[in-house]
Amino acid sequence: MLAKRIIPCLDIKDGTTVKGINFVNLRDAGDPVELGIKYSKEGADELVFLDITASHEERKTFTELVERIALNISIPFTVGGGINELKDVDRLLSAGADKVSVNSTALRNPMIIDEISKNFGSQVCVCAIDARFDGEKWMCYTSGGRNLTDKELFSWAKEVENRGAGEILFTSMNHDGVKQGYANEALCCLSESLNIPIIASGGAGNLQHFSDVFKEGKADAALAASVFHFGEIAIKDLKYYLRSEGINVR
Amino acid sequence: MGIVIIKYNAGNIFSVDSAMKRLGVDAIVTDDKDLIRKADKVIFPGVGEASTTMKYLRENGLDSLIKDLKQPVLGICLGMQLMCKHSEEGNADCLDIFDVNVKRFIPQKHEDKIPHMGWNTITDVKNPLFDTTLENQYVYFVHSYYVPINSNTAATTDYILPFSAALHTQNFYATQFHPEKSGSVGEHILTNFLKL
Repeated sequence: MLAKRIIPCLDIKDGTTVKGINFVNLRDAGDPVELGIKYSKEGADELVFLDITASHEERKTFTELVERIALNISIPFTVGGGINELKDVDRLLSAGADKVSVNSTALRNPMIIDEISKNFGSQVCVCAIDARFDGEKWMCYTSGGRNLTDKELFSWAKEVENRGAGEILFTSMNHDGVKQGYANEALCCLSESLNIPIIASGGAGNLQHFSDVFKEGKADAALAASVFHFGEIAIKDLKYYLRSEGINVR
Repeated sequence: MGIVIIKYNAGNIFSVDSAMKRLGVDAIVTDDKDLIRKADKVIFPGVGEASTTMKYLRENGLDSLIKDLKQPVLGICLGMQLMCKHSEEGNADCLDIFDVNVKRFIPQKHEDKIPHMGWNTITDVKNPLFDTTLENQYVYFVHSYYVPINSNTAATTDYILPFSAALHTQNFYATQFHPEKSGSVGEHILTNFLKL
C-alpha cells in the first residue's frame, strides 16, 4: 500500500536553512546537508530544498549544494527557487535533484510546466502554489508571497495539472508559520478535484495536525519545517503516532 | 573493468553514481561502447520519456549493444521499461529483453493518482537480486507506466493493480522502483546486485 509521505522542507538562504514566520521573519536553522542527512536517517520520506531568495533576486539555486545533497542522502529530494527556464531544470537534475519545484515562474510563464513535463517527464515537475484566503477566494501569490496575482487557487491548480505538473505543493499563507494546523478544507477540495498528488504545506504545530491533514485534508504528503528544525517533533515519533492513528506510513 | 553506468539522455545518472559512491564503488559513467562491453556489471538508469529515449539509444547504437550484453545488467525505472518489448508511452518499440509490454496506469477510483509516486512495499520477492529480508519492505517509486505481472516478474507491488516491481531473466535484472533513492533498503538491493 502506498504510504503517506512526511517531507521536511529546508528553506535555503545564503547556503543555510531558514524558516519564515508568515514569510517575513527568518530564523537560522542550520546547515542544509547536515539537516538532510539527519532527516533521512530519522525516516523522512523526501526532502524539499527551496532557495527562497532565488526568485526575487533572480539568483540561481546553488548547483553545488544540490550536488552535495545528492552525494550524501539516499532519499528523493526536490529543489526549487530561481528556476526561470528549461536549462535551469536541466542543470539541477544533472546535479542530482529528483524533482524541481516551480512557483513564481509558472505563474508568469505557465508554458514552463508543459516544457518541463515534455522534456523531463511530469514526475519531475512539482508546481508550488502559495495562496492566501482573502475571505472570499484563495488567491495565488508570486515571489515568496510578496506579489498578489489574478490567479485563483483551484482554477490555477487545475490548469497546472492539465499542463503536465506531476504534483502540487500547496502552501496556505494564512496557515504558514502559525502552527494551528494545515488548511484542510482547501486541501481536501484540491485533492478531490485533481488527479495528481497534493503535498500540504503550512501550519504544522503538533502531531495531530499531521493526522488531520491526511484524514481531513486528504493530502498525499505533508511538508513541514520549523517543527522539525527546532526539534519540536521527531520524525520517528510522528510516524509512530500516525501508525497508531491508522495512517499508512513507511 | 568494474561497474559501468550507461550515460545517455536520461535523468538520475548522477543519483545512481552517488549511490554507488556511498557503497564505496567508483563506477564509470560512459557511453563508450568498448568500456560498456568490457564492464563486470552494467547499470542502465533512466528517468524520462520512452519514445524519445529509445530514439536516442537507436541513433547511438546503444540499443543492440545493451541487448547483447552478457554480464549482469541492472535496469532502473525507465531503464526497466525500455528493456521490455513495447511501451504505450509514445508508442515505442523497445529492447525486447523481457517479452512483455509496458502499459499506462488507468485509475479505477479517484484516489488512484498518477504518477504512482512515493514509498510502497515489494512482495513475492525472488532471488538473486532480493532475499527474504526484503519481503514487504518499502521502496521508492515514481512512474505513470507499469509492467504487468509476467513469467519474469521478480517482485510485485500493488498500486491500482498488482504489477512488476522487478524483473529478471538470465543476466538481465531490472527494478521499477529507484534503489538509489530507497534509503537503506535500496542500498541492500544494490549491494546484492554488486555481489552477483
